[in-house]
Amino acid sequence: MGKNLYAKVFDRHAVEQLPSGQYQLLIGLHMVHEVTSPQAFAMIREAQLGVPFPNRTFATVDHIIPTTKNERVRPLADTMAEEMLVHIEKNTSDYGIRFFSPEKGEQGVVHVVGPEQGITQPGMTIACGDSHTSTHGAFGALAFGIGTSQVADVLSTQTLAMSRLKVRQIRFTGQLKPGVYAKDVALAYIHKLGVNGGVGYAYEFAGEVIEGMSMEERMTVCNMSIEGGARCGYVNPDETTFAFLKDLAYAPKGDAWERAIADWRSIASDADAEYDDVVEIPGEEIEPFVTWGITPAQSVGVGDTLPSPAQFSGSEQQVVTEAYEYMDFQPGQQIAGVPVNVCFIGSCTNGRVSDFEIAAEIIKGKKVADGIRALAVPGSMKVKNALEARGIDKIFVEAGFEWREAGCSMCLAMNPDKLKGREICASTSNRNFKGRQGSPAGRTLLMSPAMVAAAALTGKVSDVREVIK
Amino acid sequence: MKTVVIQRVSGTGVPVRGNDIDTDRIIPARFLKSVTFDGLGAHAFEDDIAALNAKGSVHPFRNEKYAGAAVLVSNSNFGCGSSREHAPQSLNRWGILAIIAESYSEIFFGNCVSLGIPCFTGSHEIVEQILGWIEANPRREMILDVAETTVNLDGTVLALSLPVGARGQFLDGTWNARTQLLANLDKVRDVAATLSYFSDYQ
Ligand code: SF4
Repeated sequence: MGKNLYAKVFDRHAVEQLPSGQYQLLIGLHMVHEVTSPQAFAMIREAQLGVPFPNRTFATVDHIIPTTKNERVRPLADTMAEEMLVHIEKNTSDYGIRFFSPEKGEQGVVHVVGPEQGITQPGMTIACGDSHTSTHGAFGALAFGIGTSQVADVLSTQTLAMSRLKVRQIRFTGQLKPGVYAKDVALAYIHKLGVNGGVGYAYEFAGEVIEGMSMEERMTVCNMSIEGGARCGYVNPDETTFAFLKDLAYAPKGDAWERAIADWRSIASDADAEYDDVVEIPGEEIEPFVTWGITPAQSVGVGDTLPSPAQFSGSEQQVVTEAYEYMDFQPGQQIAGVPVNVCFIGSCTNGRVSDFEIAAEIIKGKKVADGIRALAVPGSMKVKNALEARGIDKIFVEAGFEWREAGCSMCLAMNPDKLKGREICASTSNRNFKGRQGSPAGRTLLMSPAMVAAAALTGKVSDVREVIK
Repeated sequence: MKTVVIQRVSGTGVPVRGNDIDTDRIIPARFLKSVTFDGLGAHAFEDDIAALNAKGSVHPFRNEKYAGAAVLVSNSNFGCGSSREHAPQSLNRWGILAIIAESYSEIFFGNCVSLGIPCFTGSHEIVEQILGWIEANPRREMILDVAETTVNLDGTVLALSLPVGARGQFLDGTWNARTQLLANLDKVRDVAATLSYFSDYQ
């Protein structure tokens, strides 16, 4: 029996088995942002520890940064946000860590910046104080979200204490139907396996559907592994991966590139690799999904009606009832037609170039429905510049979208972009938790960028396939 | 770093019923706007507390009955969502020293280990029994035994579980892994030297 990628990469990075049974795992790439790192730097300062591998840590600012040019003038109006920005500037400069700063125009959501700079590479172990670190698994890396004490562990030792996971391969067979995107694939596996179905597992995404995807689509699929409870998710590296990385700033060059490719091929799962579990999902069965509740598993196909609590098992029923109460929806009602107030395209799930291209295609020459506030927030300044170079920003502006600077923005609303009151937001982000988008009573419907574009034009949840007819 | 052995946690309980209680609910994002963890205890479950208040009911974290509790009890997938260590930090600063639930998100569980908060798991039936007992006996102390992985409710001993690794770390005081990780720095450098991307690709 062959080995899967998880086992190969884990074994290469295992320093030692600890008395607890966990492994001390070398972390090849560490990404940090302003929210979960200041306390970690304080911990290592207090303990008088150094940072032995400063060139393996990269930093950016994303969560608290405002997304309009005016609001970005320093010092930021929000004094706490300013303080956090000052901290990351000082911490990275004190320890010799590369900081992708707003001033240099290279800043963006941490999970967009790593890949687009070629920092994220196959075969790495990656950690970041952020649960959506799973995104980087799209390159065939083991990428873990960690807490702040662990950020201090990585800074001071370049290692983490980690348990060995089981590996579940999720095979998406066949083809996706038109109007069905990577986001729907992500919502589909979470719907099928549940929000805690992945606990104890790494997810390997495979099958024709995944093989046919671009790197950006694979990142969308891996991004949401954590929403399915998996500790990480990955796709085996292939020609698509290598083509994406070639010539990026931090990708290997010249002879080193050839050596790298040979190595990257060798770490992909063997054809006869062993898995602890295999799940198959036919691509044809995936619909454009919309979440209706307060967990990412509470979703339906856009043509469907909302489920009855009786369809769920005993312990799940309570969350279903809680969701209906919070969302103010009724079992049996159609999801299509639900009016929305805000439309948000962005985040580390769907804030990359192709996400905006797809939405632009749909809204081109049309107008956002009356009364809808629509935000397009590129995941990074690099994404923003690439789109502007091709005039795609104008399509959004002409349709009535606000075209913003890069950041997490309304994905979790730590910056000025927030829902108000009980507003409903059609969002390309990854979490529909209670209060997630900045209003304690705000409501989030997760969907693909195409579906958010359709909602923006019609002012309600709409099947994008009908809208573009 | 000082070694603190955690063999036993005792105190009154606080029942926080529900599945999938995510870390955004434990500590809403606006309280993450800080460069320290100070003061987070006052904001634990703040939005849930306000939502219940508006409906005329009281969240267990604001219910006088449970004031001073040290053991939080919840249902399945507790602490899912964001990796924010602010969540266990806020619970800890509120007074929580141990948790019992049907299951946890792994990041939350790991964060708790590094803060010295044992997270016990129990079957649905046992967790329901404990929740009911606390509701009936809010002022009575329960005793959680890390070595035995049990909870003692006034003489009734119920079996819980704790992964062997974490259990060992609490018992030998190595739950903050950093000391062990630091001890191996030479070996870490050796392993890094075998990986071409640490040197060859730059
Ligand atoms: S975009 Fe949203 S999910 Fe992604 S890192 Fe930012 S806040 Fe987290």
